[in-house]
Amino acid sequence: MSTPSTNEPSLYAAREPIFPRRVKGQFRTLKWWLMAVLLGIYYITPWIRWDRGPNLPDQAVLIDMANRRFFFFMIEIWPHEFYFVAGLLIMAGLGLFLFTSAAGRVWCGYACPQTVWTDLFILVERWVEGDRNARIRLHRQQWNGEKIRKRLVKWAIWFAIAIATGGAWIFYFTDAPALFWNLLDGTAHPIAYTTMFILAATTFAFGGFAREQMCIYACPWPRIQAAMMDEDTLTIGYREWRGEPRGKQNVAGNGDCIDCMACVNVCPMGIDIRNGQQLACITCGLCIDACNDMMDKIGKPRGLIGYLALTDETRERDGKPPKSVWSHVFRVRTIIYTSLWSLVGIALVVALFLRTEIDVNVTPVRNPQFVVLKDGSIRNTYEMRLRNKHGEDHWFAFSATTEGGDIFVLTLEGEDSLKVKVPANETRTQRLYVTAPAEAAAAAADRTEFRLWIEDLGSDTVPGTDRVHHDTVFNGKVE
Amino acid sequence: MCAKQVKKEARQVPTTGHEWDGIEELDNPMPRWWVWVFYATIIWGIWYSVAYPAWPMLTQATRGYLGQSTRADVEAEIKRFDDANAEIKAKLVAAPLTGIAGNDELNQYATAAGAAVFKTWCAQCHGSGAGGVQGKGYPNLTDNDWLWGGDMEAIYTTINHGIRNTTDADARYSEMPKFGVDQLLDETQIGQVVEYVLQLSGQEHDAALATAGQTVFVDNCAACHTETGAGDRAQGAPALNDAIWLYGGDRETITATVHGARYGVMPAWAGRLSEDEVRAVASYVHSLGGGE
Repeated sequence: MSTPSTNEPSLYAAREPIFPRRVKGQFRTLKWWLMAVLLGIYYITPWIRWDRGPNLPDQAVLIDMANRRFFFFMIEIWPHEFYFVAGLLIMAGLGLFLFTSAAGRVWCGYACPQTVWTDLFILVERWVEGDRNARIRLHRQQWNGEKIRKRLVKWAIWFAIAIATGGAWIFYFTDAPALFWNLLDGTAHPIAYTTMFILAATTFAFGGFAREQMCIYACPWPRIQAAMMDEDTLTIGYREWRGEPRGKQNVAGNGDCIDCMACVNVCPMGIDIRNGQQLACITCGLCIDACNDMMDKIGKPRGLIGYLALTDETRERDGKPPKSVWSHVFRVRTIIYTSLWSLVGIALVVALFLRTEIDVNVTPVRNPQFVVLKDGSIRNTYEMRLRNKHGEDHWFAFSATTEGGDIFVLTLEGEDSLKVKVPANETRTQRLYVTAPAEAAAAAADRTEFRLWIEDLGSDTVPGTDRVHHDTVFNGKVE
Repeated sequence: MCAKQVKKEARQVPTTGHEWDGIEELDNPMPRWWVWVFYATIIWGIWYSVAYPAWPMLTQATRGYLGQSTRADVEAEIKRFDDANAEIKAKLVAAPLTGIAGNDELNQYATAAGAAVFKTWCAQCHGSGAGGVQGKGYPNLTDNDWLWGGDMEAIYTTINHGIRNTTDADARYSEMPKFGVDQLLDETQIGQVVEYVLQLSGQEHDAALATAGQTVFVDNCAACHTETGAGDRAQGAPALNDAIWLYGGDRETITATVHGARYGVMPAWAGRLSEDEVRAVASYVHSLGGGE
């Protein structure tokens, strides 16, 4: 690295450490509640049990990679139904668009894992090392027993949280109670340990040290968000026309801002909101709490810093009241996002209720296209994939119908009858032979469309209810 | 608001000098750790090119001190699969031939492994779908007509020893006389017997010639093809009374066959394929719809 000359600014700079001060207020309270709920969902979900019958796992939310199944309470998703996951991702995307266009970076400020875990890590930091001033003092002082002890305690707690975070992640992929004991006695799969420690390391590094740099340098979402926001979007702003010129209280000509730096000291991103909306602001609302607290103390009205849209700014400068919050939220743009979001959601729910507990794929074997048998009849072969989503073995029966009334003879490879048993929660492949007698019209026709019916006869104890069909084609021998 | 305040901020941060419509580009310094990461990637790159095959030389690239090679990786992977399948292969070899289809575990492995063997060694003649080649004498293995038998034992024997090859003493063997070429029958007799064969298989024929042909057939052909024309699997003599023809069932083709005879040849696979592979491919062929 070359030494920068005195008049040229350096090309790189060390991170300015940030020591956010403790703050109380409505946004801080909201953030505490959100943190409790979100972390609770993350850590507790894998431990919820859900009875699905004898052959299926009893974990409510389980991503079973080995068997290619996704369980979510009463819903079970197989690989061919992956469009549900795609649909949920589209809904998540549209949801982010909606919230961003209405209220700016609310995702970043309240719900993003980076924000939530950083908040938790700062809480630990404050608990071990004290509030802002104590931490600045500790940061500046020489290494001694006290500093080493405090740092070690802080890092140990961070590390415990990080391990719990990585650990909770892997519980989503296999039976949580069993894996928990396996992790403890060292018999879990190496991939489980590797995943847990990698996620623990990233949690430790991102929440403990990288913090706001993830948002500023690494995350693409703030850049995309800029395209979602417009002049009606609520963001956090400083009412400059009320606050400036900042300075001592009760001096003629000074604004309401007493330049106490409370808003800067509480900011987890280390910025000054009085410089206006800026890239690094995640709109967490803590500066609003800090400023309101200060305004209460000096007997000035609250709201020097607050949620504010650009359109309100011009109105307020002219002395008019700001538009209502609802007029910012209910706009053509947000209504379009909401409609799209709802459409995808309704489509998914409808698809969820329309699907059957059995499912069949039929692939005609086209090599050879047909087979001539000894008696001159023509046979076609079909590969079937029979899926039984029930927790018990089920019997499937087969029949064929045509519009023209052609008679087909059906036989199953390796079976004497026209029914097969499909094991619980499994896919069975089965060859089906469809034969047209030599004198039948289908035997001499290029294509005869027919419908294959697959009926769920149920398990040995419970009768089945589903009947599905698959339209396919019979190829005859054209002379 | 923005223009005024960004200017306030810009007093602390230099700009690049670029300005568009009053918007200036700030020239913030890079984070210092980013520079470290950049140097770390350079060190990593140097280590990587020493540790792994990297620099092209005259005959081959440098090998790297870790000795990694993708070829060795593939070999290890193949060995891992072979080891994983060793147990079921042993079971397949130990099982009675007729017991494979009834055992779900064995059947699943045998038909899947057999399909792979078939596509490697058999598909060249019998086609990738085992449909044979119509009119060229490569039999269709998916129909219910078998020259030498279609149960597991017969298929297994055929694959092991082959047909009419010169390498295996136990190869299936039979030879149809060249009735025309060797002047065993004259042209009139051949014409008559062809009409009779057309009649046997239910095709259009000359009734008077066919009646005369029946005598010729009984005297010359029935020894192998039997009097009803049902064929004889012990001799690999095809059935002539059905709808399936190895070389073609029209008047012209049958005449040519009687005149010059035809012999299909199949190599012996015992020794070239392992016992478990032969059993697997026999199971696969048996499962294609014609198995008996």
